Amino acid sequence: MTPAVLDFVPLWTIILGFGVFLYVLLDGFDLGVGILYGLAPDLPSRNLVMNSIAPIWDGNETWLVLGGLALLAAFPLAFAIILPAVYFPVLVMLLALVFRGVAFEFRYRDAEHRTFWDHAFCYGSALATFAQGIVLGAFIQGFQTEGRHFAGSSFDCFTPFSIFTGIALVFGYSLLGAGWLVLKTQGTLQDWARRLGRWCLFGVLVAIAAVSLWTPLMEPDIARRWFSWPNIAFLSPVPVITGLLALWEWHSLRNHSEVAPFVGAIGLFVMSYIGIAISLWPMIVPYQFTLWQAASSASTQAFLLVGTLFLLPIILMYTGWSYWVFRGKVRADIGYH
Amino acid sequence: MSLDPLLLSRLQFVWVVAWHILLPAFTVGLASFIAVLEGLHFATGREIYFRLSTFWIKIFAVSFGMGVVSGIVMPFQFGTNWSRFSDATANVLSPLLAYEGLMAFFLESAFLGVLLFGRKLVPRWAHFIAALMVALGTLFSVFWILATNSWMQTPAGYEMVDGRFFPNDWLQIIFSPSFPYRLAHTVVAFYITTGFVVVGVAAYYLLRGRFVDEARTMLPMTLWLLTVLVPLQIFLGDAHGLNTLAYQPAKLAAIEAHWDTNSRVALNLFAIPDEKAETNRYALSIPDLGSLILTHDPNGIVRGLKDWPPSDRPPVAIPFFAFRIMVGIGLLMLALIATSWWLRTHGRLFDSSWFLRSCMLASPLGFLAVLAGWATTEVGRQPWTVYGLMRTADSVSPSLTGFDVVLSLVGYGVVYLIMFPAGIALMARIVRNGPAEPAMEPDPVESGRPLQPVQALPHPEGSAGS
Repeated sequence: MTPAVLDFVPLWTIILGFGVFLYVLLDGFDLGVGILYGLAPDLPSRNLVMNSIAPIWDGNETWLVLGGLALLAAFPLAFAIILPAVYFPVLVMLLALVFRGVAFEFRYRDAEHRTFWDHAFCYGSALATFAQGIVLGAFIQGFQTEGRHFAGSSFDCFTPFSIFTGIALVFGYSLLGAGWLVLKTQGTLQDWARRLGRWCLFGVLVAIAAVSLWTPLMEPDIARRWFSWPNIAFLSPVPVITGLLALWEWHSLRNHSEVAPFVGAIGLFVMSYIGIAISLWPMIVPYQFTLWQAASSASTQAFLLVGTLFLLPIILMYTGWSYWVFRGKVRADIGYH
Repeated sequence: MSLDPLLLSRLQFVWVVAWHILLPAFTVGLASFIAVLEGLHFATGREIYFRLSTFWIKIFAVSFGMGVVSGIVMPFQFGTNWSRFSDATANVLSPLLAYEGLMAFFLESAFLGVLLFGRKLVPRWAHFIAALMVALGTLFSVFWILATNSWMQTPAGYEMVDGRFFPNDWLQIIFSPSFPYRLAHTVVAFYITTGFVVVGVAAYYLLRGRFVDEARTMLPMTLWLLTVLVPLQIFLGDAHGLNTLAYQPAKLAAIEAHWDTNSRVALNLFAIPDEKAETNRYALSIPDLGSLILTHDPNGIVRGLKDWPPSDRPPVAIPFFAFRIMVGIGLLMLALIATSWWLRTHGRLFDSSWFLRSCMLASPLGFLAVLAGWATTEVGRQPWTVYGLMRTADSVSPSLTGFDVVLSLVGYGVVYLIMFPAGIALMARIVRNGPAEPAMEPDPVESGRPLQPVQALPHPEGSAGS
């Protein structure tokens, strides 16, 4: 193709990176709340737990569609290689999200089968999270390609590493969910969320440490990027800040901070996201294709950018407004009625 | 037995789209119907329009939710099962799909909440505007999805480099040759589908003697609409057929099970197409009528399937029969409308039970016609995904094995067979409960239901819409 006059790839990288992170954060905490739901002690607390995310979960999930479409539109080669490579995790994730989504409505409309829909909600959340973690692990490990296609088998994505990241993400989302519940509840339910949050934090820290050691051992390029001079000096703030955040999170789960556990959990996710980005930059199909090689034509990126720059800020403002409207504690007597 | 990942991927796509298409087929028309009811309520202030609108909004909420959930699955199908198609066409098609997502998300987030839950929180005119915007949003979605589909049928505005499509002219890409016809034909089909559901529900209430006032309002106004739309649809279908003849003659030959290129061709009313022998068995046909309908000239020449090598021909039986099912349903609908006018002029529209029972039986007809029309156009497009340029066999993900797709197909099969019947049962329950008296307070919403932010706003006193 003729060389582009304007390079839209950096802008689309920011939009996609931002969109995916927003999805991980937003659906992350409500999937985490779904996982913890299964451990809630009794019916009233289950109602409260579900109520805390009822008004916002469907908006959160829509970022998955926008993220998928942005990947297809801006970096179609990555879309065409990655999705067949994670065929089964994506299948399981979609089916689990369908079940979990309808459980919100059917749990109350279909009271005879409440236990069934309770399970659909909890196991659907856990399974969708685990599947997303496998996608993450497979992504970090890279894919076997031939020309412009994925050339491996649909089962290649299941490795010890990806199973590990799958379990790690269950702890990660649960930590976000626990932080959200500390923010939205009070009394014994909040104490329960704090207690679970500490267990989740323990799991998250083990996972972060293991992945940080495992990936450089697996990929010499990643080891060189982090440990060669002078990179090691520039990049040392990443593990240092992560460590400090972990300490702060541990303390705020033990004292009486209402907001800090959620903020700390978000901070840990930001640092992990930055860490993975540093390891893989500028690859969108790790170790095979860069962002520029996988990009769609400049005309395609420009055509979609016009509408995106207009519609995305409005969607973001509405999302912000809906969280503002539902601020404060969720209570048993009024809920969000 | 060897499992073919191509055939199974096609079956999986059929399965997830067939279920999904039923929901827009209903919600697009319903959104507009609700907007009309809201408009009538706003203009006349009559309570009955308010009750009807509130009732249909409840059903809309359930079907729209199911449409969103089953719609999330769709874009991922392109990646998991049709990765080569995605790689080749993304430069051209992906912005159309992405605009569908963005606009749906935008209008949904901004106005759906007001429509579903804002009745008591915003003035009556604002609720009407919200209904209009949601209806507009559903039409935007149809616009972008059909632009994508039409480009696959009649590609335009592109150039091809190394087997991949690149955009040349976005207006030509969006408004490809078959798009205006497909858009008009589909939107009218969706409106008719909703119309027959509304007629069926009204007939059900009249037969049971419940909610008679509501039914007596719904039935005549919907029959009026159908009186206009059903003949219009027959005209649009004819125009769409002429467009197909011009741009996709092989599809048209399959629809007509027409093998040899001739002038003065017959119209096959019924036949069993035999693709091996390249002929029809048990054909029942009317001489010359084929040319007259297809070219609007009895001497018109129509190309037959033998003009194309067998590897470039679509399957014949499915488009042939699906098309006849669609047209047959259209004629049945026309007969029902004509009957309604005969009864209306004799003042017996509301009390002839055989007619009302027919209306109830007719309520799923629109869905069947939509599925039949969809099967006609998509099977008729075969063996191509991008007509004449990219084969379906070259579109499937190369890494998939038959076993992979069997597993995923079973997964989608089981989950959809739980979810969709449960959703339909839920809507049937709402219909049985019927349009109740307007609640003076907003419904207390049970915990666990997805709410919308407008519900948490302070209630403005005295500005409620009732």
